[in-house]
Amino acid sequence: MSLDCGVFHTRYESDMGLRPRPLQRLRLVTLALFVLVFPFVASPYWLDLANQVAIATVGAIGLNILVGYTGQISLGQGAFMAIGAYTAGLLTLNFGVPWGASVFAACLVTAAAGTFFGLPSLRLKGLYLAIATLAAQEIVEWGMTNWTAVTGGTEAIVLPAPVLLGVRMNTNFNFYWLAVLTAGGTALFAANLMRTRIGRAFAAVRDQDIAASVIGVDVFRTKLLAFATSSFFVGLAGAMIAFHRNIITWERFTLSTSIVFLAMIIVGGLGSIRGSFLGAALITLLPAMITNLGRAIQDTAPQAASLLPYAQQAVFGIVIILFLIFEPRGLSKLWENAKDYFHVWPFAYRRGESRG
Amino acid sequence: MDIFLQLTVSGLSTGMIYALAAAGFVVIYKASDVINFAQGDLLLLGTYLIFFGVAQVGLPWSLGVAVTLLLAVVVALAVERLVLRPLVGEPIISMIMVTIGLSSVLRGITGAIWGPNPRSFDSFLPAGDLVLGPATLSTARVLSIPIALAVLAGLGLFFRHTRDGIAMRAIADDQQAALSMGISIPRVFGVAWGLAAVSAAIGGMMLAGIVGVSPNVASIGLRVFPVVILGGLDSIAGAVIGGAVIGLLEVYVGFYVGHGLNLVVPYVVLVLVLMVRPYGLFGKEIIERV
Repeated sequence: MSLDCGVFHTRYESDMGLRPRPLQRLRLVTLALFVLVFPFVASPYWLDLANQVAIATVGAIGLNILVGYTGQISLGQGAFMAIGAYTAGLLTLNFGVPWGASVFAACLVTAAAGTFFGLPSLRLKGLYLAIATLAAQEIVEWGMTNWTAVTGGTEAIVLPAPVLLGVRMNTNFNFYWLAVLTAGGTALFAANLMRTRIGRAFAAVRDQDIAASVIGVDVFRTKLLAFATSSFFVGLAGAMIAFHRNIITWERFTLSTSIVFLAMIIVGGLGSIRGSFLGAALITLLPAMITNLGRAIQDTAPQAASLLPYAQQAVFGIVIILFLIFEPRGLSKLWENAKDYFHVWPFAYRRGESRG
Repeated sequence: MDIFLQLTVSGLSTGMIYALAAAGFVVIYKASDVINFAQGDLLLLGTYLIFFGVAQVGLPWSLGVAVTLLLAVVVALAVERLVLRPLVGEPIISMIMVTIGLSSVLRGITGAIWGPNPRSFDSFLPAGDLVLGPATLSTARVLSIPIALAVLAGLGLFFRHTRDGIAMRAIADDQQAALSMGISIPRVFGVAWGLAAVSAAIGGMMLAGIVGVSPNVASIGLRVFPVVILGGLDSIAGAVIGGAVIGLLEVYVGFYVGHGLNLVVPYVVLVLVLMVRPYGLFGKEIIERV
């Protein structure tokens, strides 16, 4: 946590505030206003994208708690989202559980599953853990497509639209409020979690697990807690995917999903809530923008349309590689740089420049 | 019994292609500690390059193979120089993600050039069947086993007897000490990627002959993980044994058990190995444990 030059806190409340400075509050209010006005001016297409971004943000924050804050690599994001989606969907469909309760149950079930798959992390580190979670992903994927009696196999499961306060969440406009509130709540929870004893323990385990255990952090417990907390939100994201489209298909939860979410937090910035959102937005919007670009040049270059999926794939890879090489701390760091530049503009000195 | 023999040959030939891919993976891991998620895409590249050279340009077989190997090496060297080298010393997550990004780029490029549909292709491995007692075996599959074994033996000899091979083992053993003995790490990394590309390209060319040319070839990249974990992350011999075991297991389970279990059983094995013996059958018994 860096202290800002020229900011003197005179009360504990302001010292402990998440957004103590006036400029920060102004930015927050601007963002809130934008979020409030956006659905009234945006086209349905953009609303749909916004909902996807909001859901992806929840998932990315969940993954970031595990990978960015605690340093445990997981390739099983898709599997955990599947567990969340299928639990929520099947509870609502087969047992008539109200959707809110089934979403909450889905989060808990996913958290339990995450803890279970986190057990290898007690013995395995780094790449071995990555490979173990890869195996978990493949096994859950197989279960999803082959355990036909429960999941319906490769058939899609169709759900009823959720109803909140008498409003059916069957349009993107209605769902938007639910998605934004969830994403905002998740972000607030995660930001505060990192300021607690548990959050600091996560970071200690990430930075040096032996040192962490020396200063009294129970490393095993902390790791499992990280898996559980992370999976809770990942399951929430999965359940929201299910209720957004009111349909569950296994294709949404494959290894590529895991990779897409890892890309979000890499591109956005590991260990950053803002980064989770920025990364989720970029990685969600990028393919959509490439599609739009392709449609725009369709008349001049008709063969472009058939190349679109490949262009999306290649650009996705290039974005990951470029960020890793040139800005490993992601969009979050770029945003920080921009802020710092204007912080003392027109003077050239930048905070942290001496550190390189 | 003849069914069993056919299954065994089929499993072994698949297994040897897994072994070729895995050997490339092992070489890269040994030299530079990079987990290469793009190994399947190097295979895919080999498959499409031989298809391009022989079927589309019309080169004779020998020349086509040579050009494929050459281009694969060029691509691998470029990748090592431009993508991997700037990231030396970065955390594991960066290494994993950069090869995943690479895999995505390679798949996008090959897809854009050759499209999503499988292509038909006359293999350089002779077509037709080999009748061996009661069993009828595909000649291409039977032949692929000795070819793969020869390549893998060559890799093993390379590690044991050549200057670069020994340098690579030295770096795998202790990077600092190797550096101080005057071993050029960039050169060794380059050689490692070149070798991985050659081994994957040979696997890819044989796949072109056995299962045909299609984007699905890249899925073998993920099969590499059970193979290398079973055999040991840093052992060529382990890759051969691991490849054979996983290949056989897949066909046996696929035939005798069914239910698509053959797709998941390698990963179950992977989890079991990680629990019992995380360094694999032949790996060095040094593993980062908590």
